[in-house]
Amino acid sequence: MRSPLGRAIGLGSAKEGVEHWVVQRVTAIALVPLALWFVAAMIQLTGADFDTVQEWAGQPLPAIGLILLLIATFYHAALGLQVIIEDYVHGELARLGLVILVRLACISLAVAGIVAVLAMALGTPD
Amino acid sequence: MRSAERPLSPHLQIYRWQLTSVMSILHRAAGLALCAGSVLLVVWLVAAALGPEAYRGVQNFLGSGIGVALLLGWTAALFYHLCNGIRHLTWDTGHALDLRSTYIGGWVVVLATAILTAAAWAAGISHWVFNFASGF
Repeated sequence: MRSPLGRAIGLGSAKEGVEHWVVQRVTAIALVPLALWFVAAMIQLTGADFDTVQEWAGQPLPAIGLILLLIATFYHAALGLQVIIEDYVHGELARLGLVILVRLACISLAVAGIVAVLAMALGTPD
Repeated sequence: MRSAERPLSPHLQIYRWQLTSVMSILHRAAGLALCAGSVLLVVWLVAAALGPEAYRGVQNFLGSGIGVALLLGWTAALFYHLCNGIRHLTWDTGHALDLRSTYIGGWVVVLATAILTAAAWAAGISHWVFNFASGF
């Protein structure tokens, strides 16, 4: 989405802002239906016991929804947290380190959530 | 080198609070809160996958006074960030950028957040009563 002149000159901040901006909005749009679905599901599950919750999370459609929600959420979170860090952390090394740390944390949390959902969907002994 | 006498740009606390600036700050704050809420989502899912004992621990925390207060705060943060996010996406298309629209949109977001949060909790509490009653 960069202008041809902008790409040719190659100036600008870090030369990757456009992708950050676009992906932040793409994940935001994806999160609108996913978040509403998730809230509706949590309302249905309020007060439900362990077996009901595990059975629900293991069904194909909820499992797919949860995995998509996890991917969109943590991608969006990583991008948003990066902006906050870049606004308030001024030391170059500290800023870079924190952004990397946030990325790793978001990837780890997303993977943990996805594996948990898959374990319930594909069945593991309790 | 008389830089000390140059007029300074006013600091943040000099400005009068406005709906638009408060909502902008709250959007970021809600996003931060939702990051913490997302960690809880993963903890909840992993506990559900691990088994009844781990799950009971998480449920006990969520059912406590602090847990319920956090869930209420996260619900409000989610609906606020969602509604205000749609407001931001509208701006990204180049629409509703005039002063009047930003204020109308702002109040719509505040109202929608309150209504959606209240509706979600009313529905959640009624399901809780139902699930509790059907458990016997």
